[in-house]
Amino acid sequence: MSDQEFVPKSKFGKWFNDRLPLLSLANHLTDYPTPKNLNYWWTFGGILTFCLITQIVTGLTLAMHYIAHSDLAFGSVEHIMRDVNYGWLIRYVHANGASMFFLAVYIHIFRSLYYGSYKAPREVIWIIGMIIYFLMMATAFMGYVLPWGQMSFWGATVITNLFSAIPFVGEGIVAWLWGGFAVDNPTLTRFYSLHYLLPFLILGLVVLHIWALHVPGNNNPIGIDIKKPSKDTVPFHPYIVIKDAFALLMFLIVFAFFVFYSPNILGHADNYIEANPMVTPAHIVPEWYLLPFYAILRSVPDKLLGVIAMFAAIFVLVILPWLDTSKIRSAVFRPLYKQFYWILVIDVLILGYVGAMPAEGLYLLIARVATAYYFIHFLIILPLLGLKEKTIPLPLSITEPVLGGFPNPSTVRNKESLH
Amino acid sequence: MTKKPPKRREFLFTASYAVGAVGVGAVVWPLIDQMNPDASVKALASTEVDVSSVELGKTITVLWRGKPVFIKRRTPEEIQEARNVNLEDLPHPEKDEDRAKNPEWLVMLGICTHLGCVPLNDKGDYNGWFCPCHGSHYDTSGRIRKGPAPTNMEVPKYEFVNNNIIKIG
Repeated sequence: MSDQEFVPKSKFGKWFNDRLPLLSLANHLTDYPTPKNLNYWWTFGGILTFCLITQIVTGLTLAMHYIAHSDLAFGSVEHIMRDVNYGWLIRYVHANGASMFFLAVYIHIFRSLYYGSYKAPREVIWIIGMIIYFLMMATAFMGYVLPWGQMSFWGATVITNLFSAIPFVGEGIVAWLWGGFAVDNPTLTRFYSLHYLLPFLILGLVVLHIWALHVPGNNNPIGIDIKKPSKDTVPFHPYIVIKDAFALLMFLIVFAFFVFYSPNILGHADNYIEANPMVTPAHIVPEWYLLPFYAILRSVPDKLLGVIAMFAAIFVLVILPWLDTSKIRSAVFRPLYKQFYWILVIDVLILGYVGAMPAEGLYLLIARVATAYYFIHFLIILPLLGLKEKTIPLPLSITEPVLGGFPNPSTVRNKESLH
Repeated sequence: MTKKPPKRREFLFTASYAVGAVGVGAVVWPLIDQMNPDASVKALASTEVDVSSVELGKTITVLWRGKPVFIKRRTPEEIQEARNVNLEDLPHPEKDEDRAKNPEWLVMLGICTHLGCVPLNDKGDYNGWFCPCHGSHYDTSGRIRKGPAPTNMEVPKYEFVNNNIIKIG
């Protein structure tokens, strides 16, 4: 990297940069060498940054009108929707923005799974990403409680009750989380406080995520190590900036569609009924982005084991870099992994679907099979596949398959025999 | 490492860390404990309910400490059904006699012991309660019979102040 050699042109710039090297940082970010074969699946990092900033800005403005009190919260949200200037717009952007944030993060995670971006030397990037994902779920859950509708209240009740499954101390922990004997005003006010805090923790972790990314540099669709900078790379600005900007515009079309044409389709009608601790809605479902984990929770007939299975489903992702024994990153060169990858995608979609359905009969059976397969994929298939799979030979550089015709294993072998 | 010379220093280090840890604990504890139920929440410890208007076979739901409490006036058949159950068939064996001091009146927290939803009255495979969230079935004594809930619905501390008034808590 050329950071050390960077000298600002102006005298003032040099004076300032010697004292606080912000200009060196800016220079590093614009010149940052990126693989030239990055496809559009790599634009979701930028899209996610946009989503986070959108949530923080809309959240800050909503906080100027929202009242965190069990008697007033529901009314204050309606006040935002009806009375506050553009309140409807800001709230719909914030509520749908959460869904868009998760849509983007799921694409981002599955991109990483397909191209093996979690493997050495990028394990720390991956783990920080998983912590961010976990905090996103916590933040979204607490945000969903704030309007104090029926789904808010009962979602909060069910999720906080998960902790009561912990032997001996569980009941005490739940009372501590609630600040009472049930979900009530103290619960609402602390959720509001934490919902305000966590996005800034996420922002800090995003900085670490990007910092850790800039040490080894980006992975790429063929997953090989490249020299930086070289003929295999292009500078971040303008090449990636313009590509990210274009992808963001496409993403915003989808975003705007939800905000302006079906702002409530991703929510639940019951949340427009004010919270009532005496009546549970007939069918409680979490927001769509939590459904696969909810399905795993419900598929286990034992309370404690169900909770353990749900948290384990996230934890297997954290240790994924060590579960996948294959040294080949990209699924492009792993014919078997590619097939298992798509089976996993379908499996998670099925889990999401049955998570929204009642936990009985055929749905329950499907949920159990899909849950079992989820863990089999990570704990059995991935470790064995890395040892058994016959992979396709890797090209020597990003440029080579383009010049030599891709895919052309024979040229690769010839070049390897030269060494 | 040789044993003798650093002894005094090591002792000082250990003592400093120990005092530091106590100090950190003393500072952190109020920040953690502030989240526990406060005095005003605890003050709402008991509720009195007039049950004179409850008809036979009906259930009323009252709020106690923010939680729903079911008060059911059971029919003789329901009492009979609850008492005839073989204790070995129960996931969480409890005699109906221990759960309802006065057999006509069943008083219990209307909270599913799985994840805290409010079960529906007179539903489910055992003519008692059914939790719509994750499918737990309770019998006419509020005991878990089928589904993911681990224990029977909890019976709170309560007493009959007179024939018409129940004091919960």
